[in-house]
Amino acid sequence: MSDNRRTFRSPADEGFFTKLALVALSLVFLAFFLFMPLVSVFVHAFADGWDAYYEALIEPDAWAAIQLTLTVAVIAVPLNLVFGLCAAWAIAKFEFKGKAFLITLIDLPFSISPVISGLVYVLLFGTGSLLGPWLKSHGVEILFAVPGIVLATIFVTFPFVARELIPLMQDQGTGDEEAALSLGASGWQTFWYVTLPNVKWGLLYGVLLCNARAMGEFGAVSVVSGRIRGLTNTMPLHVEILYNEYNMVAAFAVASLLALLALVTLALKTLLELRFGAGAAGGRH
Amino acid sequence: MTASATANTAGWRMKQPSIIPGFGLTLGFSLTYLSLIILIPVAGLLWRSAELGWSGFFAILTDERTLRALYVSFGTAFLAALVNVVFGTILAWVLTRYRFPGRRLIDAMVDLPFALPTAVAGIAFAALYAPNGWVGSLFMPFRIAFTPLGIVIALIFIGLPFVVRTVQPLMEEIDREVEEAAATLGANRFQTIFKVLLPGLTPAVLTGFALAFARGVGEYGSVIFIAGNIPYVSEIAPLLIVIRLEEFNYAGATAIATIMLLISFAMLLVINLIQAWSRRRYGNV
Repeated sequence: MSDNRRTFRSPADEGFFTKLALVALSLVFLAFFLFMPLVSVFVHAFADGWDAYYEALIEPDAWAAIQLTLTVAVIAVPLNLVFGLCAAWAIAKFEFKGKAFLITLIDLPFSISPVISGLVYVLLFGTGSLLGPWLKSHGVEILFAVPGIVLATIFVTFPFVARELIPLMQDQGTGDEEAALSLGASGWQTFWYVTLPNVKWGLLYGVLLCNARAMGEFGAVSVVSGRIRGLTNTMPLHVEILYNEYNMVAAFAVASLLALLALVTLALKTLLELRFGAGAAGGRH
Repeated sequence: MTASATANTAGWRMKQPSIIPGFGLTLGFSLTYLSLIILIPVAGLLWRSAELGWSGFFAILTDERTLRALYVSFGTAFLAALVNVVFGTILAWVLTRYRFPGRRLIDAMVDLPFALPTAVAGIAFAALYAPNGWVGSLFMPFRIAFTPLGIVIALIFIGLPFVVRTVQPLMEEIDREVEEAAATLGANRFQTIFKVLLPGLTPAVLTGFALAFARGVGEYGSVIFIAGNIPYVSEIAPLLIVIRLEEFNYAGATAIATIMLLISFAMLLVINLIQAWSRRRYGNV
């Protein structure tokens, strides 16, 4: 390559040093706001070595928190998955009035503070409400018990699957389904053998994000949980308790599991986007 | 949107005829689930708030501590969104235009704030920016954590992907010929970027700002650890809701929640207006 070519710069491009400066600026910014916080979680978690880390995780209260977090996700994610499929089917395959409004309502939980998401259930089932005392007299505990935690989690993770599927199924239109139906497939067969395979990666993408949020939700759950150790403590709440007790190694050990979950989620999400394109895996957040 | 156009031609009919089955079932389930999980609980909150009456509502709102908490929440969220507009746009530019080692990894990591549980981010930032933390100790005697500045730091983390992910797709679609045309017409690179490229990106940047701002106002988990939570100084509105709830002051919690909810609805409206305006002006976003 001649000297002449190397110094040539497209007029629609920045100079080498401008580029270098912008990349460096971005990296410094990300170091302070993204990478150092992430690394610090693991450094603090392993500050006292492997044994302390391991002990913090098998301690009964931590173990109970892990189990509760998994239980809540196992209930909340499938319910929102079924809802997402139903809502996307109705919205993408049919034309009806008020569709845009319905989509806005589905997105609503994203614009509500997590604390308020918890508060609405406290007001609905709390001592001053109509429902709470009646349910209590029939032996049903919602608030400060597992059902309340599940409800609050469903609330905050409500839109995740639906908002991935709706644009995807709208793009795909109704041609495939109409072809299947005209060839004699039943409605259920059409859904199972035609629609579902068409949207499976978008569905997986939505479930992935839904699950990450369900396991990591803090604000909404903290309002309804009552934070009873070993009973209504999820992993994020357990992290808070340990942190406030200045038990840093244990707090960061539990937190490192959640951080690991976030990293696995990101890796799978990136893999889906690379293999199936951002379009197949929804584009909007 | 074509959906609304076809809905209009359908006249008063609820939906257009279609051979695809399952409309009643899926829409019925979606609406029931939406009502039970979201609409009825949120309506309950507004109902409880209406019971307070204007004077009761107004008394809580104009309480000095409430006003300060709202000021802290909105002020810090605004500043953080502003910082994110600058660095988020630069980051989006660097990620779309430049090729450097680690670009893919960084692109994937931008979504970390979406995936990392807020409580984990909260304790990580608190430990990092505390006076004895890795970053906090660099800036001593100037304190970052446990001041309103700490809140801004946490909210920058939370809001970053909103700006990057709204601006990035538009940057990818920019036609290089536009820049070349500007250059051949005598514009220098600076002029091309600020007079030709950025105006087209304004709606996306504004949307990103609004999304980051709206999310920051309601954020709880990542903020409370680093904020210090000093009443009148670094106490955010969602935390004040939690404090009122713990005092069994349901009226107080309800009133603050209602005003926050109304403001976030207004924000949602603003975001939709920006997008409608930019669709009219610049084509699709």
